[in-house]
Amino acid sequence: MDVTITVNGVRYQRDIEPRMLLVHFLRDELGLTGTHWGCDTSNCGTCVVLIDGEPVKSCTTLAAMTSGHEVRTVEGLEREGELDPVQQGFMEEHGLQCGFCTPGMLLTARALLDRSPDPAPDEIREAISGQLCRCTGYATIVRSVRWAAEHGDGAGTAPVAAEQEVGS
Amino acid sequence: MQVPAPFDYERASSVDHALRLLDQHGEDARLIAGGHSLLPMMKLRLVRPNVVIDINDCVDLDYIIEDRDVLRIGALTRHATLLASDTVARLAPMITDAERVIADPVVRNRGTIGGSLCQADPGEDLTTVCDAMFADIVIRGRDGPRTIPMADFHRGPYETAVEPDEMLTEIRIPLRPGAGSAYEKVERRVGDWAIAAVGAVVWMDNGTIDDVGIGLTAVGLEGVATRAQDAVRGHAPDDDLYAQAGRLAASQSDPIDDQRGSAAYKRHLTAELTSRALRRAVERSQGR
Ligand SMILES: Cc1cc2nc3c(=O)[nH]c(=O)nc-3n(C[C@H](O)[C@H](O)[C@H](O)COP(=O)(O)OP(=O)(O)OC[C@H]3O[C@@H](n4cnc5c(N)ncnc54)[C@H](O)[C@@H]3O)c2cc1C
Ligand code: FES
Ligand code: FES
Repeated sequence: MDVTITVNGVRYQRDIEPRMLLVHFLRDELGLTGTHWGCDTSNCGTCVVLIDGEPVKSCTTLAAMTSGHEVRTVEGLEREGELDPVQQGFMEEHGLQCGFCTPGMLLTARALLDRSPDPAPDEIREAISGQLCRCTGYATIVRSVRWAAEHGDGAGTAPVAAEQEVGS
Repeated sequence: MQVPAPFDYERASSVDHALRLLDQHGEDARLIAGGHSLLPMMKLRLVRPNVVIDINDCVDLDYIIEDRDVLRIGALTRHATLLASDTVARLAPMITDAERVIADPVVRNRGTIGGSLCQADPGEDLTTVCDAMFADIVIRGRDGPRTIPMADFHRGPYETAVEPDEMLTEIRIPLRPGAGSAYEKVERRVGDWAIAAVGAVVWMDNGTIDDVGIGLTAVGLEGVATRAQDAVRGHAPDDDLYAQAGRLAASQSDPIDDQRGSAAYKRHLTAELTSRALRRAVERSQGR
């Protein structure tokens, strides 16, 4: 079937099998391997991407279901060479070690800050409670998101730039 | 890698369209709402529909309406929407309690109340909530809607009264004066299914419990805990009454040993959580 999915502001048209999961569409069809794929059972959250601005587990979503919708992946956080404040925060506060959980954490953090620009640590913990990190113990992730809240200045919350041409 | 078996994908633009597609594709078609129960089952090949009908565009099924003495909830309303709703928190706090502990925030962005009820997993929380609150369920087929009480909706684990060519469209929670409700759940870790959970609603009149609904999750009881309900109805609430209700609810439960806990532990939880849920429900009815 034909799908048209906007990923990080670029419209992609593809002919895919209806059973293709969004995580595989992103990784295998588009080569956007920043989105990680872990448990495959909707538990770990490393596959989280934003669909129309909301965090969703892409291992439990059909690519077909997102046709006509906007997807944002970790590749879409950086804007014109500038890291998103959440990316910067994870650097500053040691929010990652191996980095496996990081793409999902970053996108959930981005969505949280878009909705609630100054979240308390408990609110951050609640927001990432569907995601596992086996390295950092969460304390530094919470600090990283706080860093972004304090240094964000609204950066990174701007809507996705005008749509570009259909990607190849 | 877990991938579903092949199927055809259809997208329904309205309830009528979804019903036409169900009619056209017959018993091998399945609706998909949030997909957070169906897709895991399809990935494990426990379910193999030939056609998957996406109802996420049926946005007219996504609503929460206070309609005089009924709280009407559309089938496509997401867990996250229910959790965030002030109307729900005010009129049926049991739902808010339950939503806070259903899965995790990311899953709650997708999962729907209709999908939860139709999945009818024995560990599913909203079935208990709807049982305890004596909800009515609106089901639509080609010949129009029919409304059935929750007691007739549930047909056992993973089975409901929704026929293959029908669709659940609305949940109707009756609203009566003097109500208070609560949901108490114990899980192994955040976001997990219940080891055991209990939902209770009371309708108070002049300091006595005029009517009551008690539902149990994951402990082997379909429908409401009638023995406990009968014991508290008509009485003024106190600690002894809560404890007695707990014992009776546990006596009516029939849990099994599994990786979440032993049957004895779950029976213990059933008693304790029943007492707690009732106490909290009574407190809330009194605005505490
Ligand atoms: C990691 C994880 C943890 C979870 N933890 C919990 C938990 O603690 N407690 C809990 O209660 N649930 C839990 N769930 C389940 C979650 O709540 C699901 O979202 C829910 O059970 C199903 O909703 P859905 O919209 O995703 O349904 P879907 O998966 O889309 O559908 C489920 C079934 O219902 C049918 N269906 C859907 N909508 C309709 C309709 N309108 N009419 C007729 N049939 C319909 C489908 O055909 C399918 O058979 C968890 C899920 C995950 C992935
Ligand atoms: S890979 Fe999707 S939740 Fe783990
Ligand atoms: S940084 Fe290794 S899993 Fe989170």
